Amino acid sequence: MVLFVVFITTLVFVFSKALGYSPLGITGIALIFAGLTSIGSYYYSDKLVLASVNARLIKEKDNQTLYHIVENLAIGDGLPKPKIYIINDESPNAFATGRDPQHAVICVTSGILNKLTKSELEGVIAHELSHVKNYDTRFMAIVAILVGFIAIFADFFMRSLWWRSFGDDDNRSSNLQIILLAIGIVFAILSPIIATLIQLALSRKREFLADASAALLTRYPEGLASALEKISNDKNVLRTANNATAQLFIINPFKGKSVKAWFSSLFNTHPPIEERIKILRSM
Amino acid sequence: MIYILIVAGVILAYLWFIYNTLVTAKMRVSEAFSQIDVQLKRRTDLIPNLVETVKGYAKHEKELLEKVTEQRANLMSAKGVEEKAKVNNQLSETLKSLFAVAENYPTLRATENFQKLQEELSDTENKIAYSRQFYNSNVLDYNTKLTVFPNVFFANLFAFKPAEFFAATEAEKKTVEVKF
Repeated sequence: MVLFVVFITTLVFVFSKALGYSPLGITGIALIFAGLTSIGSYYYSDKLVLASVNARLIKEKDNQTLYHIVENLAIGDGLPKPKIYIINDESPNAFATGRDPQHAVICVTSGILNKLTKSELEGVIAHELSHVKNYDTRFMAIVAILVGFIAIFADFFMRSLWWRSFGDDDNRSSNLQIILLAIGIVFAILSPIIATLIQLALSRKREFLADASAALLTRYPEGLASALEKISNDKNVLRTANNATAQLFIINPFKGKSVKAWFSSLFNTHPPIEERIKILRSM
Repeated sequence: MIYILIVAGVILAYLWFIYNTLVTAKMRVSEAFSQIDVQLKRRTDLIPNLVETVKGYAKHEKELLEKVTEQRANLMSAKGVEEKAKVNNQLSETLKSLFAVAENYPTLRATENFQKLQEELSDTENKIAYSRQFYNSNVLDYNTKLTVFPNVFFANLFAFKPAEFFAATEAEKKTVEVKF
């Protein structure tokens, strides 16, 4: 993490020097701002998300079944027991967040507790614990910083074109320079989009990984498979979810909006449920 | 000359890497084993309470209660994976019989104390099972690292031995008979 920040800072420093700007220019400020917000949201991810969805903390006596399920699965994975929260909502869903297993939080809706059987609930909790174990919050935070950096850098490049005076350059190999410039502009426009697509593809891959880790933990993939089936067939919509938190949940809470067409499906944060169920049932 | 030094350096670095990997895996195995111990201790702590509760209501089951107490003592003094696994499985069997027998005593079953103990013991059995699973997956990781090529050559050099799985005995794998 520290290495990454040092690397990025050095990179920005070098590039801004190369283009003749003072390194403490607007790029530095943008980088600091992006860095602070990313780091802040990373460290306080659990509190931020919990505050936005209106959840309450559970102790052992509040819901012994759920508490024991989480505790026992955490023992099975060698993780410390995460804090458990419940959202009062009929729509069945769950998520996990936290920068590492020591600061992890798992949240379920009351709908999921009422509608799933014990082995299905175990599958869901195992999936969320696997997100914690695989450091997915940290992973996606780093990816988000990288994407943000690419967007800033592309923007920086475009701006720098505006301020250059082309008369200074040599006339040698000016054709090559123009071609490179054109390629550079195309990349600068496309790179934020490409970076976001990569980010979404990574998010989908981590979901598959969490499914697989859950099956390994419970040794019973059918539990999670039938839980996913039940959740996807449920008609209720989660009231407290919004676009920012949607990607954390086990199934995209905005069910109506998930698209099957190939191109738009590149923009899903979660893989299609039929595929997840098929893979689980083939284990 | 310089090439020999580079090659030697690479080999040494590789040995260093293998050694650290094996040591880390071995540490994880022992940590996982002590986690099993934590759960086993939880169970041995619950048992005296259980014995006292049952004794009050089921005076005819003296033999069974004595067996439970004896095996509990065995478990507390057992050392090493194999012995602990064996005694743990024996104790689980006896506890199963004890709870089956308790079905004959409705007054005992009705007491809140007994119900709470039953639930806690059942939960502890789950916890023991999960900690066993975690231990076994760490043993799998360590043993695999020991036996893949090329680590298999260096394992002997560093005197690493494979760890044992916490296995179920043959008796445990047979279906439990419930006689009424």
